[in-house]
Amino acid sequence: MLEITDLHIYYGAIRALEGVTLRVDKGEIVTMIGANGAGKTTTIRSISGLVKPKTGTITFEGKPIHKMPPHEILKLGVGQSPEGRRVFANMTVHENLELGAYTILSDRKRVKQGIERAFHLFPRLKERETQLAGTLSGGEQQMLAIGRALMSGPRLLLLDEPSLGLAPFLVQTIFKIIREINQEQGVTVLLVEQNANQALKIASRGYVLETGRVIMEDTASSLLTNAEVRKAYLGE
Amino acid sequence: MIELFLNKLILGIQLGGVYALVAVGYTIVYGVLQFINFAHGDVYMVGAFMGMFVVKGFSEGSISSPVAMVVVLGMILIVAFFVSMRGHWKDPKGAAVRLVGFAVAFALIGTLVKLFLKGGVLLFKPITALAATNVIIGGIVALTVAVAWCAGLGVLIERTAYKPVRGTGRLTALITAIGVSLLIENGGQAVFGSDIHAYSLKDLPGGKQLLTGTLDLNLVGITLSVSKGQLIVLLATTALVLALTYIVRYTKFGKAMRAVAFDRDAAALMGINTDTIIAFTFLLGSGLAGAAGFLNFGLTGYTFDTNTGIMFGLKAFVAAVLGGIGNLYGAVLGGLVLGLAEMFVGGSPFSPYRDAIAFIILIAILLFRPSGLLGKNTVEKV
Ligand SMILES: Nc1ncnc2c1ncn2[C@@H]1O[C@H](COP(=O)(O)OP(=O)(O)O)[C@@H](O)[C@H]1O
Ligand SMILES: [Mg+2]
Repeated sequence: MLEITDLHIYYGAIRALEGVTLRVDKGEIVTMIGANGAGKTTTIRSISGLVKPKTGTITFEGKPIHKMPPHEILKLGVGQSPEGRRVFANMTVHENLELGAYTILSDRKRVKQGIERAFHLFPRLKERETQLAGTLSGGEQQMLAIGRALMSGPRLLLLDEPSLGLAPFLVQTIFKIIREINQEQGVTVLLVEQNANQALKIASRGYVLETGRVIMEDTASSLLTNAEVRKAYLGE
Repeated sequence: MIELFLNKLILGIQLGGVYALVAVGYTIVYGVLQFINFAHGDVYMVGAFMGMFVVKGFSEGSISSPVAMVVVLGMILIVAFFVSMRGHWKDPKGAAVRLVGFAVAFALIGTLVKLFLKGGVLLFKPITALAATNVIIGGIVALTVAVAWCAGLGVLIERTAYKPVRGTGRLTALITAIGVSLLIENGGQAVFGSDIHAYSLKDLPGGKQLLTGTLDLNLVGITLSVSKGQLIVLLATTALVLALTYIVRYTKFGKAMRAVAFDRDAAALMGINTDTIIAFTFLLGSGLAGAAGFLNFGLTGYTFDTNTGIMFGLKAFVAAVLGGIGNLYGAVLGGLVLGLAEMFVGGSPFSPYRDAIAFIILIAILLFRPSGLLGKNTVEKV
């Protein structure tokens, strides 16, 4: 479904990615783990078209997308919940969800269904529907960011550190819902996480990034038992 | 005494409305780009000229100067120019080509305007004849042409000058804006000449009855005499500001605009074409500046030249800063405060300082409340 080949990305003179190659198949949850600054966010942003690679290719369902602008990539069926959530703090929960459905806004029925689906996944959001997003707690903002990313009906969902800064019980909830989105709604997920333990538990495969390179790739269960991974990313 | 006060009040609100109309352009562009479009005042000046060409074209009676049609022709040229550039905007080395294209298009249109002003084209006879029979139709045509031309000019400036340097730093953008401003002022002088102009809708058939004299309002024993022309300016600016507010608050474009203003990358992730929204923001802001240019001169008969936009633009910018740059309602409030301040100072012993008021306000606001009257120091949640 998604194929990244030998991706090199620079920020000015700073090298962020040095040849990342990875693949996500339809129906999978794939996770990308790695320390701060490894290049996970850069990879996610390049898939969405927010940063452009110097060399390398990204294809989605066979179509090269690395030269497309973000709004066109979204229309192909790629949604993203960005690092730091980035909800529109000065707008209500409802307006945020509506913006998530920006490309299908004229189809009132689909928008309504989407909002209902989001409220079904995150009942907390329904209670807060008319509240400004900036007044939500961190966990609620994360729910909103995910709900908003689902509004356009993506087939591939990119999640950048959805558990960052959340209380432990909320982390559990978020991971449970990610699995639900994958299994019940059939959305393929590429999940970036610092919380490697949790991420590897719900993923089928995983990639380990270090200073802009993939240093390991395997099934999630093998990575979970890999001594090196356990030492470096699971705090043992 | 009280009559005098109320009269000044109305005049102040009317002047403030015109400032507001230009100030909102600074503020919405700042909102989406965090950039001060220093060429905005010059767009206002172009609006005054475009209105003049239409009104003079009509009022001179003879079809020998169907300038309105020339102006429309110019717009078609700009659109054609855009179409020819489609798909080439991203080409980095094309920046120079684009600027040359812009200059050529501008010179071409300018020459055409000049040519048609002197010569005559019979082709447009019937259309001009119709519009020239009535001040209301003529006024609406003039307003539409001023708005459309300036809206197109705003988009053209954004695409050809600002977009190529977007993301290369604030200083670059600022210098580019000053360059564009100089280009319009001096290019305008080359095309329109350096004469001082004045025109009035009064010159159109029926204009005298509609615009001459005052309207006497009787309020609990106090009689208020308001000049009809100024009352129309007041009503028109109010309507335009309300329309803009509606667009920004309730339409799909408006919502996208607010999203881009808040977080451009997040907006792009919603499927919003941020480039289109930015161009649309320039279109709206510049169109309103064009309307302000026409209203403030075409209905009052004040004089202007190609440098008129400099001082007025600076003052409208002060109004936007006063209200809180980036805040739409702030720009309206700032415009009104500035208009009132100028009106009341104008009639006082301090009247020689009328033009200085704006800058005294600017210094005061920068010292005591840099975020402006309605601007807030937002706290970001991490
Ligand atoms: N906007 C930016 N400008 C310059 N350097 C950046 C920018 N964003 C990220 N980087 C650099 O790119 C590298 C990868 O960062 P990032 O993709 O954010 O990593 P991660 O998400 O794994 O923490 C880091 O060295 C980081 O400092
Ligand atoms: Mg990151």
